[in-house]
Amino acid sequence: MESVKVINLKKIFGEQIAVNSINFTIGEGEIVGFLGPNGAGKSTTMKMLTGFLPPSAGESWVTGFNVEKNPLEVKRNIGYLPEHNPLYLDVYVKEYLLFCAGIFKLDKKEERVKNIIDRVGLTPEYKKKIGQLSKGYRQRVGLAQALIHDPKVLVLDEPTSGLDPNQIVEIRNVIKEFGKDKTVILSTHIMQEVQALCDKVIIINKGVIVANDNVQNLQNTSKTKTIIVVQLSKEIELNIFRAVQGVLQAKRIAANKYELECTSDIREQLFFAVAPTGSAIINMQLEQQSLEEIFKILTNPNLKV
Amino acid sequence: MIAVFLKEIRGFFSSLIAYIVIIVFLIIIGLLTWVFKNNTFESGYSNLDILFFWSPSVLIFLISAITMRSFSEEKKSGTLEILITKPLTDFQIVLGKYFAGLVLVFLALLPTLIYFFTVYQLGDPVGNIDTGATWGSYMGLLWLGSIYVSIGLFSSALTDNTIVAFILSFFLCLIMYIAFDLLSGVSWFSGIDYYVQWLGINSHYQSISRGVLDTRDLLYFISTTVLFLWLTKTKLESRKW
Repeated sequence: MESVKVINLKKIFGEQIAVNSINFTIGEGEIVGFLGPNGAGKSTTMKMLTGFLPPSAGESWVTGFNVEKNPLEVKRNIGYLPEHNPLYLDVYVKEYLLFCAGIFKLDKKEERVKNIIDRVGLTPEYKKKIGQLSKGYRQRVGLAQALIHDPKVLVLDEPTSGLDPNQIVEIRNVIKEFGKDKTVILSTHIMQEVQALCDKVIIINKGVIVANDNVQNLQNTSKTKTIIVVQLSKEIELNIFRAVQGVLQAKRIAANKYELECTSDIREQLFFAVAPTGSAIINMQLEQQSLEEIFKILTNPNLKV
Repeated sequence: MIAVFLKEIRGFFSSLIAYIVIIVFLIIIGLLTWVFKNNTFESGYSNLDILFFWSPSVLIFLISAITMRSFSEEKKSGTLEILITKPLTDFQIVLGKYFAGLVLVFLALLPTLIYFFTVYQLGDPVGNIDTGATWGSYMGLLWLGSIYVSIGLFSSALTDNTIVAFILSFFLCLIMYIAFDLLSGVSWFSGIDYYVQWLGINSHYQSISRGVLDTRDLLYFISTTVLFLWLTKTKLESRKW
């Protein structure tokens, strides 16, 4: 069953079309990465999904409820962490979370707050004012706020931006932990994040979806050729490589190191071709085209493979 | 709504805002009533007219100060986005903040009951005070505060700058309180001066201060409060236009 459905969603700010008639669906329990350069329309789309901004045209549904017609039901089922993680800085962590729990009219508030503080790893800091916390802990407060009512859908707008590498890993772990039984949409412009966290990726550029697929497929399909890097113990003639069927191009990139453009993964054939020359294969590597390159290609029309 | 209300109240009391508002109000009003020239003792009558004469002006200043942050700060820091994406209607957010402001006004007025008690005891004979008019005036002050709070919220919703919100609120409260009274004296309005005066808070405040709870006055107070609360809500919703 789909938990988020978006049909022809469009947002126009004055003259500028921020989001241009996008369509997508997200299944229950999926973790989806919303990828795109700054100003691509990621945040705007999220704001429309969470009911903060109304769309100029089109409709969206969250857990079966129409965002425009049933905003309160949608908001009850969504946990939202806005970009830049806005917080009341002069409020105590626990007080703030109790306030959020109060809005949702949850019972056993104290217990829930304690539980969520524990789960997002805020325990050492929960007696402080939010303004006294480091950025990483503030981000945890933002996550706790979004998670307190145990929502079915989690919408996170750049949850790891501005954090140091350790904090990024920690926040990712929290997201992963909670993402097990939730639908998660997270926006980012960091490729590794998508690779580390997401099942699916939606790439958006200038308000248009340029790719919507699972991470594995995207890596395979957009790859036009296979690159194999071979490291040998001794130099050999490039022609030996060229003679192997499937090799399109061979080039020496360093001492004893060759880069081969092939039609497919022909590592086995290469092994037998090199073996008779007396040069041993020390290393042979299949280069995966990284999401980063795919992203570059998809979001920059002037760049072709 | 209750969650927002409690959060605002807690905000008032955990920062110094609530204490400062109450203390400053009591000091100013206390000085005017008991110490400065033309004080209650000098008037020769056992009444609190001076308190009720000055309070509306002092409240303009204080209520503008307590409401100036309510929306402007939330807008500026982005927390309004969190609030709006919670399962609350825009009107619930506005009402939560409105009642919190009103409670603060109530708490500021509460200690002045001691003044009432004092004058009551000082009367000759004891208790020689127009109790009806005093209670009426207190009612009037609360209603006046209610309009001020709604004006303050509206001004705060208009901008993300707290100082602009304060000045705007101050200006609008002043207009609503006294400007219509003054305008009614202008010769242009000679035929309709009563109606012009009727638009301002002061005429209704004076009327209720006599101790008569006229439904027309109540209707004015309620509808003006609701009008500004509605305008605030409409402003919040304007993000959707």
